[in-house]
Formats: sequence, structure tokens, C-alpha cells
Amino acid sequence: MELDPLILSRIQFAFVVSFHIIFPSFTIGLAAWLATIEGMSLATRNPVYRRLFDFWLKVFALSFAMGVVSGIVMAFQFGTNWSELSARTGPIQGPLLGYEAFTAFLLEASFFGIMLLGRDRTPRWFYFLSCCMVALGTMSSSYWILANNSWMQVPLGHSVVDGKLVPEDWKAILLGPVQRIRWPHMLLGAFLTTSMCVAATGAWHRLRQEAWEESHAMIGWGLGLAAVLIPIQILLGHFAGDLVRQYQPAKFAAIEARWHDEQPAAEVLVGWPDEAKGKNLYALSVPDLGSFIATGTWDSKEVGIESFPKEDHPPVLVPFWSFRIMFGMGLIILGVSWLGLILRWMGRLEDHRWLLWIIFLSFPTGFVAVLAGWFTAEVGRQPWVVYGLLRTRDAVTPSLATPEVLASLIGYILVYALIYGFGVVYFYRLFRDGFTTKTPAATGYGFHMETAP
Amino acid sequence: MSAAPSDLALFWAGVIAFSILVYVVLDGFDLGVGILFGATRDTELRDEMMGSIAPFWDGNETWLVVVGASLFAAFPVVYAIFLSAFYFPVLLLLFGLIFRGVAFEFRGRGGPSSIWSAGFWIGSGVVAFVQGAAVGAMILGVTVKDGQFAGGPFDWLRPLPVLTGIGLMFGYALLGAGWLILKSDTRLRDWAYRRAPFFAAGMAVSLILAALLTLVQAHGVISRLVERPWALLFVVVCGLALLGVLHGVKSRRDAQPFAFTALFFLSAFGFLAAAFWPYMIPYSITVASAAAPEQSLSFLFWGAGLVVLPIVLVYSAVVHMVFRGKLRITGH
Ligand code: HDD
Ligand code: HEM
Ligand code: HEM
Repeated sequence: MELDPLILSRIQFAFVVSFHIIFPSFTIGLAAWLATIEGMSLATRNPVYRRLFDFWLKVFALSFAMGVVSGIVMAFQFGTNWSELSARTGPIQGPLLGYEAFTAFLLEASFFGIMLLGRDRTPRWFYFLSCCMVALGTMSSSYWILANNSWMQVPLGHSVVDGKLVPEDWKAILLGPVQRIRWPHMLLGAFLTTSMCVAATGAWHRLRQEAWEESHAMIGWGLGLAAVLIPIQILLGHFAGDLVRQYQPAKFAAIEARWHDEQPAAEVLVGWPDEAKGKNLYALSVPDLGSFIATGTWDSKEVGIESFPKEDHPPVLVPFWSFRIMFGMGLIILGVSWLGLILRWMGRLEDHRWLLWIIFLSFPTGFVAVLAGWFTAEVGRQPWVVYGLLRTRDAVTPSLATPEVLASLIGYILVYALIYGFGVVYFYRLFRDGFTTKTPAATGYGFHMETAP
Repeated sequence: MSAAPSDLALFWAGVIAFSILVYVVLDGFDLGVGILFGATRDTELRDEMMGSIAPFWDGNETWLVVVGASLFAAFPVVYAIFLSAFYFPVLLLLFGLIFRGVAFEFRGRGGPSSIWSAGFWIGSGVVAFVQGAAVGAMILGVTVKDGQFAGGPFDWLRPLPVLTGIGLMFGYALLGAGWLILKSDTRLRDWAYRRAPFFAAGMAVSLILAALLTLVQAHGVISRLVERPWALLFVVVCGLALLGVLHGVKSRRDAQPFAFTALFFLSAFGFLAAAFWPYMIPYSITVASAAAPEQSLSFLFWGAGLVVLPIVLVYSAVVHMVFRGKLRITGH
């Protein structure tokens, strides 16, 4: 593989966006959870909610700051490394990102300051409102960015004028069939990520026999929400798969590692797709099941990758495995949340330390599933950046030279290693100190703002 | 090329100009406080400085994203050319913003907090320098071929951009000093009062040098100024604003240095706009030729422009009201 500006830009984009998505998938859920428990605290006056809030606010503040700084990087990547993409699709992608900035980023970033430092300066209802505004901002952010990405996956409602893509039908772009499935799938992904982290934190305190009330509430809220959401999420995932089959058949074949047309089609459960040889090594497959998954009938004909022109072949290994990882995480979340809840209802959760351990160890499941899902969607879309319209290799900035991108990529790796390395340490310390902090009514930054007399 | 821009294109050019101004004044004071942070080792002063901007920096910084996203939306070609022409400066800008942003969270958490403190002021300084340098490089012009940037990665690294970069560092420092004077009633205020004249002088000297260099090097700007001699009025206002800053410092009116520095930025921006118009990328891409199709502009106009932007202005003001007055931080 030759190191040209294209491949380096792709690696750089994948690197910075993968770091970025870790934080949104946590903060979107956390913002909503904080707004919820602040509301509960207002409604019930139960002090446990306030203690939970103060603790999770600190986690949120750290995560949000890291989400923001990594997000700013994303906002400029399109222009620095993908200037052909920007120039050609700007009339469509630009307004979507513009709406994101106007409706989401400004909202969340402005009220974030109040959330962190404004509790003693505002009436309670206003503070609660600020929490809701931050949550609303993060959720609408996910809507716009997914609308943008859904359009890149399945372009609809545009026409081509002088090589530029011009919007014709905003309704199709904003509420197309793909966006209607993928946005909820992403949003629930974020909620599930947070639920599992909250439940895991509860289980951890429970294992250390401390913070009884708090851990009880966290396990209940976390597992309860996950148990409700995960079946919906799997259903949405199923619909997402249907859409892939319909609109991006080559990606579908890659996810299934199906090299030739088959009727009826087998389902490869696991294996090692060998892209050079065009076949699967060590494959474990079930006959006919592939047809059933695709269409619900046992004998449909399913296309293989080789039926597409060579220059349109997506990579196979990554979509195949990342899809299975996401699916596997979905099953783990399903199992853990339901088992945990059932035992809890029977009042027996405490007796099963192994289960508390499993809940604790499932904290990364959401993150892994979200990342794997994005890798499925994005790598499977290759070699297109805008499916069927613009190839990735034609989207890169023409003036870039290899040394430039190499330098920036190395720079990002070093800076992110430093920042995120310490970020992990600070997260760890926050969780370790848990509810035992000395300053009882902490703000997000650990100090208060007072007006001078 | 010579066609007149549509009304919608003008509207969005106006929104972008407005957003740049809001950004420069708001994040300018954050960045300036960041730069001043490097000018003292006194932890009490440092903590108070950070506290004075802690509730605001994120909202302020987001105006930069608004500028970027609006450019992408309304003038995609400009977004594409500008960011590829300034590949390394943008990279430095982003690294600067990263270190500046995480410092608020990381500094108080133990570990190598000197790294985060250094990252805070160096990051702020780099961001200020790069933004100023970009202005200088635009004055010199950007090489464009077939609607894409066609120059080299270090085209921007020339004497004029370096001078404007230094000038903006002084300018932001002045704005930051004005902010501290406005928000503090402790010895930090006196500290800032003592330094403000120095920053004003530093800015004036670097900008005068930059102007002289412009006379020699940047014929595009000069010929436009010959056509529009009234643009020099902005320079006069800039000079008066600086006098206003100095007067405010001398008479110790706490709001005056900040207000007059903001006025300085306003008229400097007006001057640049007059020198560039109708070009967005001097001297090849005009407002009219870069504008996105009307379908994109009107979609943005009816929602973001007409409804959301006014709401944003209202709640931004509310957030600033919540933290109005002289602030003290307590309880570490
Ligand atoms: C599903 C959600 C999601 C996805 C796929 C992305 N983001 Fe993001 N982004 C958010 C959800 C989010 C958020 C929840 O709104 C953030 C994250 C953490 C945060 O604190 O705000 C955010 C922050 C954030 C910021 C900083 C906003 C500010 O200043 O407050 C920018 C500029 C971007 N993002 C841009 C992008 C771009 C260009 C992406 C595409 C490649 C992207 N994000 C993917
Ligand atoms: C945040 C979650 C996301 C993740 C983890 C992710 C992951 C990736 C990965 C791994 C690639 C490289 C694929 C390859 O080159 O083989 C890629 C490419 C790309 N994605 Fe995403 N993506 C995400 C979101 C988005 C969104 C929301 C957009 C657009 C709005 C987007 C636009 C792009 C573009 C422009 C490329 C460049 C083409 C390329 O690198 O091949 N991505 N992404
Ligand atoms: C278990 C059953 C699941 C199935 C069948 C499924 C199916 C899919 C499919 C087919 C895609 C690709 C869509 C495309 O290429 O456009 C996708 C993407 C994605 N999945 Fe899943 N998924 C499942 C579970 C999960 C879980 C548990 C999470 C997170 C907690 C998750 C998060 C995501 C994300 C973030 C994406 C990328 C965004 C997108 O393309 O919508 N998925 N999923």
C-alpha cells in the first residue's frame, strides 16, 4: 500500500472521528439522564437524586469537554482533507451542518456553562430547564449529523448541476427512509451506551459494598432502560439491514461475506473473509439461513460481491466482522439487562456477585457496538464517499501532498494519545472517588462563582 | 464573475460577517485571558483568570463552528479553498483549541497540571497568532486554480502574516485584559490595568508595520482602497478607539477598556471588509461566484436565519446575564 494523501486522509479521518464518537455516544445519554434525575429530584425531593446528579455532572463535564474539542476537529476536516467533497456537496451537506451548528451546538454549549457553574445563581426551574436544553442540543445534534451521513449513504432529493450536487427536495433529504431508521438507531445506541455505564457503575459500588442507595438506583435505572430499549434497537437494526440490502447491495454482500450469487443463500456465521482469494476461510455457515435473514423466505436469490464491477467492490473483512461485533454486543446487552432485572425483581441480585461482575464488565458494550456500527456503515460504503455519486478518491483535497498529511496524522496521534491518555486516568479517578468527595455540593468545575458584594 | 450577488447570498455573507465579529470579540477575550495566564505564575491570579471565563468559553468558541458551518453551507467553495490553503495553520488552530479546552477540566485534577497550564496559554496564543496570520495571508492573496487551492503548504508563512499574527495576539491580550478589568474587583484588576497600555502599544506597532508592508506588497488591497478612500475612516475610528482604551485605563472606568477594544475590532473588521469586497477569497472568488444554489440558501434562511438566530441571540444574552457583574470564585 502506497502512502498517498488519499490513504493518509482516510486513516486520519477514521482516527479522529472514531475518537470523537466515543464522547457523543456517552454525553447524549448522560445529558438526558442528568435532566431526568434533576427532574426527579425536583418532583420527589429525594436527596439520592441530588447526590447522583452531582457525581454524574462531573463525569459529564469531562466527557463533554472532550467531545467538544474532538468535534471541532471534525468540523474542519471536510474542508482541509476533503475539499472536493465540500465544494461539490456543500450545497447539501453545508446546510445540514449549518443547522446543526445553529440549533444544536450553540444551544448545548451555551447552557453547558449554566449546568456547570450556575446552580447557585439561578432558580431551580431555570437550572432544570438548562439541563433540558443541553439534552435537547445533544439530541438534535445527532439528528442533523445523521441526516448528513444518511444522505451520503443513500443520496436522495438532489440533482447534478455542473458536477455539483444541488438540493431539490429537502423533505427527502431530511426525512428519507434511511434517516428515519438510522437516526433512532444511533440515538438508542447512545442511550444504551450510557445505560450500561450507569448500571456498571452501580454494580461496581455494590461489589465494593458502598453507596447503597445510589448503587441501587443506578442499577435499576441503567438496567431498566437498557432492557426496554434493546429489543427496539435490535428491531431498528433489522430495518437498517433491510435498507442496506435495498439501497447498497454491495455493502450487504460484504457484511454477509457472500462472494457469489447464491440461491438459496447460506449465512456465514463466523469465518475469515480472504479478500485476495475471494472466499471465506474457516467458515461456519448455516445453509438457507442467509435467504431467510434477507427476505424472510427460505429460497430467495442473494447477490454476491463478484456480481458487481471490480472497481465498486467494498472491503469485506471489516464490514463482516464489525457487523458481527455490533450484533454480539446487542445480544450481550439483551442478556445482561434482562437477567439482571429478573434477579433484581426477585430480590436476589445481591446474592449473585458473579452477575454484578458481569454487569460491571459490560460497561464498554455500548461504545464497542457504536464504533463497530459506524465501521460497518462507513467501510461498507467504500469505494464511494457519496454512494454511487462521488468516489472517495475523487473527494480528497487536490493540493495535498503526502508529507503534509503524514505530518498532520502523526500530530493527531501524538496529541490524542496525550489528551485521551490522561482523560482515561481522570475518568478513572472520578469513578474511584465516587460519592466520597469531600466537597459536598460540587459544581462541574469544582468551584463556585459568586458575585462580588 | 461580475454578476451581482443575490439577496440571499448577501444575507448570508452578512450573517457570516456578523458571526466572525461575535466570535472575535467573545472568544477573543477568552483567548486573551488565556494569553495573559502565561504572563504570571501567581496561582491565585491564574485561578481567578480561568474562573472569569469558565462559564463562557464553550459557547464563545462555538461561534467559530458557526462561522465554519455557515461558510460550508452558503459558500462551499470558499470553505473548501480556505481550509485547504491553510492546512497547517488550521491544524495548529485545532491543537491550540484542544489544549485550551481541556485545560478547564484537566488542570485541577492532579497529575502533570503544569502541562495543562502551559497548554492553556500556549494553546490560546497559537490560536490567536494563526487567526491573525490568516488575515495577513488573505491580504496577500490566495492561489486558486479551477475552484480549488493550488498553492503550497507554506504560502502563508511570510512577513506580513507573521506581523498580523503578532498583532492579533496583542489585540486579544488587550481584550482579555479589558475583560478581567470588567469582571474582577481584586488585585487581578490592578494587574490587568497595569498591562493594558502595553498591549495596546504592541498591537498598534505591529499593525502599523503591517500596514507599511501592505503598501509595498499587496497591490490588490491598495488598488481597492484607492477606489474607496472612505474606508480610511475605519482606520481613524480604530485610532480613536485605542485612545478610548487608554483613557479608560487612566481614569479607571472598568467597562471602558473592554468596550473600546471591541470597537477597535469592529472598525478593523469594517476596514478589511471594505478592502476585500466583493471578494471572499482575495482576489479570485467573489461573493456572487461562491454562493451556494438558491435552494440551499433559502432553506437555511427560513429556519436558521429567520427563526433560530434571533433565539440564539436571546439565550446567549440570558446566559451572560446569569453570570453578570464582578465574579469571585470560591471553594476549591
Ligand atoms: C451521534 C452523534 C454525533 C456524531 C455522529 C458526530 N457528532 Fe459531533 N458532537 C455530537 C454528536 C455527534 C454532540 C453530542 O453534539 C457533541 C459531542 C460531545 C459533545 O459534548 O457534543 C458533539 C460535538 C461536536 C462539535 C463541537 C460542538 C461545540 O462546539 O459545542 C463539532 C464541531 C462536531 N461535533 C462536529 C461533528 C462532525 C463534523 C461529525 C461528523 C463526522 C460529528 N460531529 C459526528
Ligand atoms: C461518528 C461516527 C463515525 C465513525 C466512527 C466513522 C468512521 C469512519 C471510517 C472508519 C471511515 C473510513 C472508511 C474507509 O476509508 O475505509 C470513514 C470515512 C468517512 N466518513 Fe465516517 N464515521 C462516522 C461518522 C461520519 C459522519 C456523521 C459523516 C458525515 C457527516 C462521515 C463522513 C465520512 C467521510 C467524509 C469519510 C471520508 C471518506 C473516507 O475516509 O473513506 N462519517 N468514517
Ligand atoms: C443486535 C442487533 C443489531 C443489528 C441487526 C444492527 C444492524 C445495523 C446495521 C445493518 C447497520 C448499518 C447501517 C448502514 O450501513 O447504514 C448498523 C449501524 C449502526 N449500529 Fe447497529 N445493529 C444492532 C445493534 C446495535 C447496538 C446494540 C448498537 C449500539 C449500542 C448499535 C449501534 C449502531 C451504530 C452507531 C451504527 C452506525 C450508524 C448507522 O449506520 O445507523 N447497533 N446497525
